[in-house]
Amino acid sequence: MHRKSLVELAADLRAGACSSEELTRASLERIGRLDGRLNSFITVTEQQALDAARAADARLKAGDAGPLTGIPFAHKDIFCTRGVKTSCGSRMLDNFPAPYDATVTRKLLDAGAVMIGKTNMDEFAMGSSNETSFYGPVKNPWDEMRVPGGSSGGSAAAVAARLVPVSTGTDTGGSIRQPAALCGITGIKPTYGRVSRYGMIAFASSLDQGGSFACSAEDAAIMLGAMAGFDERDSTSVDRPVDDYQATLNAPLQGLKIGLPKEYFGEGLDAAVGSAVETALDEYRKLGAELVEISLPNAQLAVPAYYVVAPAECSSNLSRFDGVRFGYRAADPKDLADLYTRSRGEGFGAEVKRRILIGAYALSAGYYDAYYLKAQQIRRLIREDFLKAFEQVDVIMGPTAPSTAFKLGEKADDPVSMYLSDIYTIAANLAGLPAMSIPAGFVEGLPVGLHLIGNYFAEGRLLNAGHQYQQVTDWHRQIPQGFE
Amino acid sequence: MMEWETVIGLEIHTQLATNSKIFSGASTTYGAAPNTQACAVDLGMPGVLPVLNAEVVRMAAKFGLATHSTVAPRSVFARKNYFYPDLPKGYQISQFELPIVHGGWLDIELEEGVSKRIGITRAHLEEDAGKSLHEDFHGMTGIDLNRAGTPLLEIVSEPDMRSAKEAVAYMKKIHALVRYLGISDGNMQEGSFRCDANVSVRPKGQQELGTRSELKNINSFRFVEQAINYEVERQIMVIEGGGAVVQETRLYDPGKQETRPMRSKEEANDYRYFPDPDLLPVEIDAAFIEAVRAGLPELPDAKKQRFVEQHGLSEYDAAVLTATRELADYYEAAVTASGGQGKLAANWVMGELSGALNRDDCDITNSPVSAQGLGELLQRINDGTVSGKLAKQVFEAMWNGEGSADAVIESKGLKQISDVSAIEGIIDEVLAGSPKQIEQYRAGQGKLLGYFVGQVMKATQGKANPGQVNELLKKKLDG
Repeated sequence: MHRKSLVELAADLRAGACSSEELTRASLERIGRLDGRLNSFITVTEQQALDAARAADARLKAGDAGPLTGIPFAHKDIFCTRGVKTSCGSRMLDNFPAPYDATVTRKLLDAGAVMIGKTNMDEFAMGSSNETSFYGPVKNPWDEMRVPGGSSGGSAAAVAARLVPVSTGTDTGGSIRQPAALCGITGIKPTYGRVSRYGMIAFASSLDQGGSFACSAEDAAIMLGAMAGFDERDSTSVDRPVDDYQATLNAPLQGLKIGLPKEYFGEGLDAAVGSAVETALDEYRKLGAELVEISLPNAQLAVPAYYVVAPAECSSNLSRFDGVRFGYRAADPKDLADLYTRSRGEGFGAEVKRRILIGAYALSAGYYDAYYLKAQQIRRLIREDFLKAFEQVDVIMGPTAPSTAFKLGEKADDPVSMYLSDIYTIAANLAGLPAMSIPAGFVEGLPVGLHLIGNYFAEGRLLNAGHQYQQVTDWHRQIPQGFE
Repeated sequence: MMEWETVIGLEIHTQLATNSKIFSGASTTYGAAPNTQACAVDLGMPGVLPVLNAEVVRMAAKFGLATHSTVAPRSVFARKNYFYPDLPKGYQISQFELPIVHGGWLDIELEEGVSKRIGITRAHLEEDAGKSLHEDFHGMTGIDLNRAGTPLLEIVSEPDMRSAKEAVAYMKKIHALVRYLGISDGNMQEGSFRCDANVSVRPKGQQELGTRSELKNINSFRFVEQAINYEVERQIMVIEGGGAVVQETRLYDPGKQETRPMRSKEEANDYRYFPDPDLLPVEIDAAFIEAVRAGLPELPDAKKQRFVEQHGLSEYDAAVLTATRELADYYEAAVTASGGQGKLAANWVMGELSGALNRDDCDITNSPVSAQGLGELLQRINDGTVSGKLAKQVFEAMWNGEGSADAVIESKGLKQISDVSAIEGIIDEVLAGSPKQIEQYRAGQGKLLGYFVGQVMKATQGKANPGQVNELLKKKLDG
């Protein structure tokens, strides 16, 4: 059952070949048996899942079913789920059952999807290896000595290990695409404003965007289609109809213009990863696409600008975790200042504290212009680079990450090296563009991701390009050893 | 001895009278049980997002247009970051660099015929914080977040005021204006209208401003005046004593009638303002502004001018009657009901009615005598049915719920006697009983006419038309 795609499972459910309860039990069984090795779940919501599965079976029987009805999914623990612990990977929220459902949660549950559990993640989505989680690191199913990427490491590993067919993620600087690449699956981050952020615990509000993981572009399209849409509770969500992503999957790629930014193929890129990407690009050429070298002149400014904007916003967003109303509270505070400093000091991990400090510094009097304002100016330049590029090409491609999955602990003490693992993904967040990673081969048994960036609201185009590639390759069908 | 000049600027916080909060759908009704009017957004729950209440934009635009200000085509919400237990998110959403309203003015009246223009630097939208309750919790602090997220318009003046009296006049003017515009209930007891005063002194003639102190959170006109006067005296004493005024935030204690510094650590904040990424810039086009302008009510200054012209009132009376929208509305309704007795209505509203309202601590909107009822009484005065003097009795009876003017006049028999033969009959009786006085009068003691009038009025229990009595008496005595 776990070898089947979401599309196949949905067909089986409709045909009565299996029930949602069976799928759900199968998923729970695999998690019980295999997740001890991966640590991809923080919470497994077994009873709730079985109840939801039976309700989905009733809907299927009544003929009131959509493409996700009865399909198990794993939900990143950054999305609020009413009555279910929503930890955001932090000790700060270890005691926090959310009092309401995020819009994305609500949409998926209303579609009849069955939430199996909440997945592990870097604390408050700050990390690229899933090592900053209060709940311990997630292991990469392709090599349990290695990281799955982050911050949505649990969601990526759970799909890669076929514990669930699909999962949700969020992406602030690459947190869907980089783990998708390192785990050998498909992950898409849509245009900023396409998926509601209401109930998605904020890291950096102007960059955060929810998206989906799946084994194929087609499955990711179905999942994203259910998550996307305008939400009046999120002022930054865009009031524009959601495209039918499935309808355009089969469009031929003949004449598609693919831009290859020369800045993404230079120094810092692992040679073997580079050649895997070249091979993938050859496939596109064979599919009729035209490859064009382009330039994104300000590409090298993306990481520094990001590490001002994201920490600045996070320093403010995380102020609400003060031990007063919810979350972790230090024992026996002697006064208000003590309550604040110890609750936050004990509740947050090192990486979160590092970013809060960087952000507070960047926003402080006398430094605001030099850091925050300057970073915003760079953001505009980066956006202009892309807009200019998209006058020439339809899709931009390159490597998702500069290397394959690295070893646990390898970069844990070197934040800058860790930050550079998002060097190719961050620009799409700064510009608000949709982007996706699809499996494009292996280097020494570890997956390589191909990165696709599209113009605003061109999710359909990206998914189409991913799907067509997946019709002529089978990288996405590979299952890690021990999880077959 | 050095002569000192006082310089004052005010920051007025007006709570906008919306049904729901500025960034959430929770109710803004005052006085509910603690934390019953705070939703997930107001509590700053993880993951929640603010959505701007469109009504506050309309209200701010109204204020801008009414104060000759620019309503910005684009304004931006920013986060003011600081930690406080009743500030749920750890930041207040406010406007910083780009406020919704800037660059306007208002004229205040200082005395009859003397007015002064006060500049309005800016007015910006922001959310209120909750309340910390320090009593009743045995050494702990209770947090009530009902007020968190209540919309405020902070109105910042130029440092144009030169005395506590001017500051109060300006504050009253703004208070009347926001109530006229219907954008705030102006309720000072409930904290819907409060102000911070920036006060400094400088030697008269000096251009440069002195060091100011900021007097926080004053919620009555009287306290503003007292606080500023105290603070001015204090600053002068400090300087004349060889010291220097420290720039600081001070609190006014109405009990002790003094200001004292707030703990300094509360002001050591770097607020780290930056644009709130959860909210889009507020964009206002010309059509919106025109629609708001078209919906503006008549403003106090225009109404005052109209009262002078239309109802023949003095500047002073017109100013009194337009001090609040409710009073002006009452007055105009009474004028209409009286058949256009503008001056008479002004005298009655400012006299009998105001007196009764004050005496019984009653608000004009709950007056036992309606504008319609008062207008009918004025008609009866005007058409001679009742004398002005007896009308006061009628008014008292109406105030006590004894019926309409006509009913009271009827039941109490207060109708004026204007029938010539009836009055003549009574005059004849009076004259017949006063031969001595007639003699004295005719001998040249003209002031005795008052005696005869008094006798006639006494005999008719005041109901005789005094004009006619005068006239007929003269005729009989002199003729």
